[in-house]
Amino acid sequence: MNNILTIGKKELKSNFLSPVAYIVIVVFLIITGWFFTSNLFLAGVVSMRTVFEIIPFIFLFYVPAISMRTFSEEKKSGTIELLLTRPVTDGNIVLGKFFATLMLAVFTLLPTLIYVFSLTSLGTLDVGPIFTSYLGLILLAGLYISIGIFCSSLTENQVIAFIISFLIVFALFMMDKVLIYLPVGLASILEFISTGSHFSALARGVIDSRDIIYFVSGITLFLLLTKFSVESRKWS
Amino acid sequence: MKMITTYLTQNEGKIFVEGIDTETDSLSVRKKIGYLPETNPLYLDMNVVDYLNYAAELDGVPKSNVKSAVENVIDKCGLQDMKHKNIGQLSKGYKQRVGLAQAMINEPDVLILDEPTSGLDPNQIVEIRKLIRDLGKQKTLILSTHILQEVQATCDRVLIINNGEIVADGTPESLQAQFQGQVVIDLIVKKDQSTNREKILQEIRSLKGVEQARFDMEDSLSWKFHITGKKGHDLREDLFKKIVSHNLIILGLHQEETSLEDIFRKLTQN
Repeated sequence: MNNILTIGKKELKSNFLSPVAYIVIVVFLIITGWFFTSNLFLAGVVSMRTVFEIIPFIFLFYVPAISMRTFSEEKKSGTIELLLTRPVTDGNIVLGKFFATLMLAVFTLLPTLIYVFSLTSLGTLDVGPIFTSYLGLILLAGLYISIGIFCSSLTENQVIAFIISFLIVFALFMMDKVLIYLPVGLASILEFISTGSHFSALARGVIDSRDIIYFVSGITLFLLLTKFSVESRKWS
Repeated sequence: MKMITTYLTQNEGKIFVEGIDTETDSLSVRKKIGYLPETNPLYLDMNVVDYLNYAAELDGVPKSNVKSAVENVIDKCGLQDMKHKNIGQLSKGYKQRVGLAQAMINEPDVLILDEPTSGLDPNQIVEIRKLIRDLGKQKTLILSTHILQEVQATCDRVLIINNGEIVADGTPESLQAQFQGQVVIDLIVKKDQSTNREKILQEIRSLKGVEQARFDMEDSLSWKFHITGKKGHDLREDLFKKIVSHNLIILGLHQEETSLEDIFRKLTQN
């Protein structure tokens, strides 16, 4: 537990030591800010809907970008060798890196609370769906991050890690958008696998245990895969 | 080495560090080991103190001791002036010291250093070697290197491994004795017009253990002889007495020793 914390703190700190974190956060806020203001002033609607609709889409690029370096960079510089020969389990390392990246994603979401507060001064806002939407976004980010970390552990090239994780995440995102072209049996399976249907339930304000389980088990699956991928150096 | 550090696992056989199996209890082994890989990987964007703190915490140094442990290795490795600099800004020698510092932060019983002096300038090499020798007094130190003078300077026991097999094992001195071939001596004598050069050469040849002797060169001041002796004979004393008995003056007497390089070449080239 202590080790997870130590690794997590170091990872988070190194994100903020380089300009990368600041740049991606600013870009993220500019894009969400545009969708927020355009909806408010052009359409005149007091709602966070458009923001919550666009964030999962931005996450498709944003999350692979913040998770691509987690293992690739250490593999490239060789520091992974020192990290793995310290008395820390591989699982702790994976979890430390996961939570650090998740914290970074949460930090990016925090400034969007300003939109919520500014809306409360304009009219009455339904707080429930907003709360569950944030919960959904965090779970979604967690799933994307676990995929990103897994891809990062596969290669020492950050660009490759980014592209592979983007492709997986994009496939999960698009699945429920193409359902009408598919036969019914296949469509229901794909609908279950896709992130969209689970997230939209949460965005509507419904906390269904099935959706929570979907995200948590997805995160667990990819973190386990990452652990195996880190251990695979020993297989010969 | 990577197997001892538990980074990789072996295909067959077992490795024990202080009696602990590296496969079944790798975490306890890792606690007892300090490791400096050949490439000396470091987080270049961290500063020295932060990095050493991180290493200490992961190595299981108790929270209350982290600070003193870090100060301790900073002192030992001479990093006092650099401790608040980013590792990326340090010279190669200082980076190597940071690498050594992180390896010994948890006071490990076994230190594994992979080519610790590669790429350093002569001053840095001397300093790192001194550090290594000091450390070796208290701890088990495993050092891999291609620089054989370093072995001669720092090690108590040498293993030469060729294609995965141990081909030599012993102290540097015992290896040298074991592989000592012919003795080669260069002798320089002050020129003396009243003495016959050829006669002296004859007398040298007749000494016990001398295989071959020849006159090498002459300059305005001296004669130089080149003598090869049979294996295991030390000719220097007899040579000295012989020359002195002619009332000649010895300007130089040098016996070439078989270096570890020669032994290494001999062992690995067939």
